[in-house]
Amino acid sequence: MRRKVAVTINGAKHEHEVEPRLLLVQYIRELAGLTGTHVGCDTSNCGACTVEVAGHSVKSCTIFAVQADGAEITTIEGLAKGTTLHPLQQAFWDEHGLQCGFCTPGMIMAAKQLLERNPNPTEREIRVGLEGNLCRCTGYHNIVKSIQAAAKVMAPGAERKAPAAVS
Amino acid sequence: MAVSQLIGASIKRREDPELVTGSGNFVDDSSQTALAYLYVVRSTQAHARIEGIETSRAMEASGVLAIWTGKDLMPEFQSPLPVTTSFVPEKKYPNHYPIAAERVRYVGEPVAVVVATSKSSAEDAAERLDIHYQPLPPVLDIEAALKKDAPVLHDDVGSNIAYDVKRTGGDIEAAFRDADVRITQRIIQQRLIPVAVEGRGVVADYKKFAKTLTVTSSTQIPHFVKIWLGVILGIPESNVRVIAPDVGGGFGSKIRVYPEEILVALASRRLGRPVKWTEDRSENMKATHHGRSQIWDVEIAAKRDGRVLGVRATQYLDLGGYCSQFGTFQAIALLLMQGPYKLAAWDGRGVGVYTNRTPTDAYRGAGRPEATYLIERVMDLVAQEIGMDPVEVRRKNFIPPAEQPFTSLMGLTYDSGDYRVTLDKALQLVDYPKFRRDQAEARKGGKYLGVGFCTYLEICGLGPSVVTTAAAGIAFWGMSVVNLHFTGKATVIIGSSPHGQGHETTFAQIVAEVLGLPLDDIDVVHGDTAVGPMGMDTYGSRSASVDGTAVYLSSVKVREKARKIAAHLLEAAEADIVYEDGKAFVKGTPSKAVTIQEITGAAYQPHRIPPDMEGGMEATTFFNPPNFVWPFGAHIALVEIDGETGATRVVRYVAVDDCGTRINPMVVDGQLHGGIAQGIGQALFEEAVYDENGQLRTGTLVDYMIPTAPDLPSFETAATVTPSPTNPLGVKGIGEAGTIASSVAVINAIVDALSPFGVKDVDMPATPEKIWHLMHRNGGTKR
Repeated sequence: MRRKVAVTINGAKHEHEVEPRLLLVQYIRELAGLTGTHVGCDTSNCGACTVEVAGHSVKSCTIFAVQADGAEITTIEGLAKGTTLHPLQQAFWDEHGLQCGFCTPGMIMAAKQLLERNPNPTEREIRVGLEGNLCRCTGYHNIVKSIQAAAKVMAPGAERKAPAAVS
Repeated sequence: MAVSQLIGASIKRREDPELVTGSGNFVDDSSQTALAYLYVVRSTQAHARIEGIETSRAMEASGVLAIWTGKDLMPEFQSPLPVTTSFVPEKKYPNHYPIAAERVRYVGEPVAVVVATSKSSAEDAAERLDIHYQPLPPVLDIEAALKKDAPVLHDDVGSNIAYDVKRTGGDIEAAFRDADVRITQRIIQQRLIPVAVEGRGVVADYKKFAKTLTVTSSTQIPHFVKIWLGVILGIPESNVRVIAPDVGGGFGSKIRVYPEEILVALASRRLGRPVKWTEDRSENMKATHHGRSQIWDVEIAAKRDGRVLGVRATQYLDLGGYCSQFGTFQAIALLLMQGPYKLAAWDGRGVGVYTNRTPTDAYRGAGRPEATYLIERVMDLVAQEIGMDPVEVRRKNFIPPAEQPFTSLMGLTYDSGDYRVTLDKALQLVDYPKFRRDQAEARKGGKYLGVGFCTYLEICGLGPSVVTTAAAGIAFWGMSVVNLHFTGKATVIIGSSPHGQGHETTFAQIVAEVLGLPLDDIDVVHGDTAVGPMGMDTYGSRSASVDGTAVYLSSVKVREKARKIAAHLLEAAEADIVYEDGKAFVKGTPSKAVTIQEITGAAYQPHRIPPDMEGGMEATTFFNPPNFVWPFGAHIALVEIDGETGATRVVRYVAVDDCGTRINPMVVDGQLHGGIAQGIGQALFEEAVYDENGQLRTGTLVDYMIPTAPDLPSFETAATVTPSPTNPLGVKGIGEAGTIASSVAVINAIVDALSPFGVKDVDMPATPEKIWHLMHRNGGTKR
């Protein structure tokens, strides 16, 4: 029995009839066609599928699409404005916070929530905050540096420098 | 080569903007019309005969297009999967086909495929298959495989022993005769699961009238896959195109031609439509090859003054259910055990066995972590035995720089290096004397600090073609094409195929350096055999030194042609032409220069170039390296052990590495960070565990623990630079160095921390439980 799901993803409305067992991440990737959200495990350990649902950081493999009915969702594709990167995206680029890039969208989405809750985290707080996101390439070293760099730019009252456009 | 503006600059990676915005292109991101989905039905048994597979009930499920068993598909295979010499030409190995027809030998081996209109339909149908197995007794580990009455996995091999070989140098009997100290030690290299965060995936599209096959695969080796798809499925190589798109990490786990690449291509050919397969994580944990899985028995001969005379070692290597493509590559450890030390002799024996577990193959470092672990534990065991500082023992045994290039006991020629310098620099960074004082102080308060060293030497840059053919069964070389378009923009085709290493950026830096082109004018293309049909791909820290050199040499060829054309245009002698910053001019008159863009334009207008010259501005290079390259370094781990729980925390990690010229230091450091983390994972957390039936108990990321961010410190990296004399760039390699060094540095540190308890060794992974038991085995008494 298929059920109707209507969600807003990155400001655009999507509506589909889906099987109740369809995971939100499958909905985002296969029906909404937004493939920046990745699947790296089947046990909700890796965090590659992290998105924002109704303002909360959610591993989109842990909920069904039908549970997100009516929600506003933000995915990695919703962060940049044209070719102007979000400060976190810019910082990951500047600080070599990625290698293969597969975990990166989830990592950036998790970091976004982390900084929204704690705009000035210590290194330890960043590391603990990323516990649910796995990276096998970077040893997390430059991911931590990226988030520290982004925190400086994003801090309330920080001088807002427009991030450089993608060249 | 001197560090200039471009070689040696931490240029931000051009790969990144797409990847940070979710616009990457991984295999599972592709969508095509009429795409069918393949599900691989895998053996649930470690060892069994397949008595029958009943498919009729599954065929009735909705959306099913086809179901094929091993028996159905076997007639299509014109060859088994490839197995390379990989340092053991003497081995016995069975034919290994992409799918089992009669007998299964590990949990996860393919036994049938279901193709349906959606992934969920294929999975639903697979659940309706009735598979009848007649269980056979499984061989569960190395020791069980070696037993006289062990069940034999492969009747055609005749026993579970694939090989039993010797690799020796020097007079080992004399070494033991002359020794004051003899130590024996067993070392366990536990079974590891590589866990690239992206699992594997394949999309195949066979066009039945054109008879062409296009396969997109998450692989490290698109060129090898192209060759073998053709061989196994009987398709002319020129009709096969393999694309490695963005690949989400490899670490050796995507280095072989996999059964699924063949099966998905075959399904597409049979159905006449595109077919896709992507691996679930729990599937990846048992179907993608594992790493290490070795036991080492070691005997050491040393003098009381700290000199190590000789080592006798047997490497027992668990190949798993079949010999994988590079399954015996890990036996290279037997050729490298000497490390950076001047030993008198060694005596290596290698034994490879079959067990009813997932096949093993290369995993980051592939043999070098094992060799390094061995010799670096030897140094510490000797130090502990004779009561000498482990730093002093290393210094006593280092090969003096005056003896470079040095010929090892196995006849390999080390290219360059002063191993004392990296160690001294690392010691300075940690402030070693202060650490020893802190350690003594902390012990009084019941806190256990430890310091562990690893002064590694490794081999990469495979390699001189004649040597690698003899040793590994493959003629390695590097390949590049540098092609300047009419407007002076460059397309650079490389033979290696990156999966996170940043080749597009670093290789552009090489071209920009030589030709003086703006970086943005250089496009680096890889991983598509239709564009670059030849290449040796990416593994073994080979890309910078071998393909990077090929890119350098092609760039030089283009520059030299540009000088000739410039001489013609400027009506001057070629010898008088100076080429600088993308411009050519007659010596002394830089104001009358022609730019590389103008020169390239002329190269495509026959009347403007010398009459005896071919038009165009393109050069191809096949680079056969004259030697391997030998990176080295000193890593120091500082750990703290919780006396209550036995938990280890890596407090500081200092790495001083010498990989020759650093093209992009930011990328070099990134490779080190990831490598170090992976080695720490082996030292502290990771182990593939099987139960008594041969079922993988660590089959998900809940059970198999790779390091997370709070498990690790930030790393402190520094460098010395000893350019390699092997290639004109002076580069060595850095992709695996971190992993090669860090496992043993951490274990040495743990043993050092636990020395008050009389601990001399601890097996990996050094879990809190193991350490707690070591601290309490004598009722907790300290020595």
